[in-house]
Amino acid sequence: MVSETMTTNTMTADPILKVEHLSMRFGGLMAINDFSFEAQRGEITALIGPNGAGKTTVFNCVTGFYKPTMGMITMRQKGGKEFLLERLNDFEITRDAKVARTFQNIRLFSGLTVLENLLVAQHNTLMKASGYTVLGLLGLPGYKKAAAESIEVARHWLEKADLIARADDPAGDLPYGAQRRLEIARAMCTGPEVLCLDEPAAGLNPRESLALNELLRSIRKDSGTSILLIEHDMSVVMEISDHVVVLEYGQKISDGTPDHVKNDPKVIAAYLGVEDDEVEEVIEEIEEIEGTAGGSH
Amino acid sequence: MSNISHSPESAGGNLTARALREGIFAGIVALGLFVLFVGLETTQNIRNELVLNQRWGLLAIFVAVAAVGRFLTVAYIRPWMDARKAAAKAPAEADESFFKRNFSKIAIVALLIYPPLMVMLFGVQGSLKWVDNFGIQILIYVMLAWGLNIVVGLAGLLDLGYVAFYAVGAYSYALLSQYFGLSFWILLPLAGILAAFWGMILGFPVLRLKGDYLAIVTLAFGEIIRLVLINWTEVTRGTFGVSGIPKASVFGIWSFDVSAPNNFAKAFSLPMSSAYYKIFLFYLILALALLTAYVTIRLRRMPIGRAWEALREDEIACRSLGINTVTTKLTAFSIGAMFGGFAGSFFAVRQGFVSPESFVFLESAIILAIVVLGGMGSLVGIAVAAVVMVGGTELLREMTFLKAIFGPDFTPELYRMLIFGLAMVIVMVWKPRGFVGSREPTAFLKERKAVSGSFTKEGHG
Repeated sequence: MVSETMTTNTMTADPILKVEHLSMRFGGLMAINDFSFEAQRGEITALIGPNGAGKTTVFNCVTGFYKPTMGMITMRQKGGKEFLLERLNDFEITRDAKVARTFQNIRLFSGLTVLENLLVAQHNTLMKASGYTVLGLLGLPGYKKAAAESIEVARHWLEKADLIARADDPAGDLPYGAQRRLEIARAMCTGPEVLCLDEPAAGLNPRESLALNELLRSIRKDSGTSILLIEHDMSVVMEISDHVVVLEYGQKISDGTPDHVKNDPKVIAAYLGVEDDEVEEVIEEIEEIEGTAGGSH
Repeated sequence: MSNISHSPESAGGNLTARALREGIFAGIVALGLFVLFVGLETTQNIRNELVLNQRWGLLAIFVAVAAVGRFLTVAYIRPWMDARKAAAKAPAEADESFFKRNFSKIAIVALLIYPPLMVMLFGVQGSLKWVDNFGIQILIYVMLAWGLNIVVGLAGLLDLGYVAFYAVGAYSYALLSQYFGLSFWILLPLAGILAAFWGMILGFPVLRLKGDYLAIVTLAFGEIIRLVLINWTEVTRGTFGVSGIPKASVFGIWSFDVSAPNNFAKAFSLPMSSAYYKIFLFYLILALALLTAYVTIRLRRMPIGRAWEALREDEIACRSLGINTVTTKLTAFSIGAMFGGFAGSFFAVRQGFVSPESFVFLESAIILAIVVLGGMGSLVGIAVAAVVMVGGTELLREMTFLKAIFGPDFTPELYRMLIFGLAMVIVMVWKPRGFVGSREPTAFLKERKAVSGSFTKEGHG
């Protein structure tokens, strides 16, 4: 059963992000150990796991904030262009490879207005349009047009994130849930093909979680952006993701559809823990599953 | 208004009694503190004996100042401040006064008519002091502070060595005009380019540094430039400085050299005076300062300016949005330095003499103080701060009437650093974000609302 879903995925689908044998060592601590997974184009892939499992470290490796100790991260764009993310700088990953991210602890430009936050995200487009500042400084019409377009892009995302009424307020003045949505809208303004969200539902109330689900679905549907997300809120994960990868102590323990992962005893053991006398039972069960999985290859 | 009137009344008698009590208590504390320090003084008499002077009068003044000050603070100043705070919290009036709305336009017009006005009021020779000591001096600092504002106020990179770029600009003009005989109008842009180049040279090693560490390295950089200027005697003539720096001309059409045939005064058959040159310099520095302001305003609305401000707010978020923080920081350093270089070459042309003495750390500190006092990022606030700081210290020289109060030995100039420090402390207590604490957004959808200073960050490197 497990092997089937996995093989069909890799066979038929078109992976946008391929992480192979990723390892990250901090001194003596192996934060991620030989971790591989694939995110399919146009899908929402969730990365879950208990606290300290290494989820954010995987994100930081994918988005270039850490240089992985070992492994290969391949990003394949729509046009077939491939980027090896572990070789790029963090800003090049967003600019060239089109992988944008948000942060677990919100990182907005709190002193800039909501609109300005979205304009900063279009820095590279505007920079080119302004002839790297020189032409724009001379007041050429090309830049004016690009500036007006960038405001329209911002307006589009403000409407999607339901922030249009607060466009001219400082970002730091927004309530928490709105700040989360703004961070996602800002990341989308960079025009990404993969959007990496680090716990977007953290601290949201159920109603805001629901709104977030809607936003993420519409992002995937309308702009075709693939989403990779870390999340603890299972109502979000199980509801919207097409594919779930479970990480524990830096290693992958499960990978598949939400339903499959939900019923995986390894995952249950990792999340709920097991009584001492149940350990052997669980181990047996796991071995059994692994045996069948290995056998069918 | 209503707040101001009713609050002292409601608690009137009670408040005065409390103020009196606190005033007396403060007086007693001051007496205890100062009785030995101020009340008694030990000196040596002519026979080298130690004698004890009793200064009860001075002690009484100290005690009285403490007691009365405390009384006034509690009884009047604090209620007044509270009332003001309450008034500020109430929604501000919808339309500001005409003066406030058009402040910058009015200021520019006032500056344009300032020299003729001074000539009219004080005569050609009498206007010198007002145009040169006040006008030019203040405008140089305005320009320097606006230049530093790009680095500190917008990009949030704390630079304690800004005077180095001022020095680079000044020496570029001084040395290149002496060795190669180039004119001011060629060397002005060149000085800016050279200073920008040095800005980049400083920028590269400090890219990874943040906050305090960045401040220390920039401070060291400023000192290195000064020490090179002192010790590279073959080129810079060391502490003697470079003198006889040629004057600027009106785009080569009129000269201000007394012997030149196209002398300005001669051409217009005016009586010979150095005042014309100073007035010309006034307009020159005004133009340079306005250029700085114009470029800053334009740059803020460009992606690079927004990236600077974003960098000040959160560098990691900038990188996550695909902004190359290395080039962003370097452009901030070099553009800020460029304006420092312009100001430096103007300084050289105005003084006719440059020496390393003019580029000590204190200058950097004053420029930074102006930026901080004015409100980081705000051009108007910085200009006001420069007028208060530089104009204030210049004004102290004029206060000869103080001698009548404090005796003929009193030289008010010597107290300028004391007053400078006091003014800074007061302003920072009163307005922690500087004169203009709010920030104008660079773009808006419906209406332009100023961003309160409590949301903006100071930057950490």
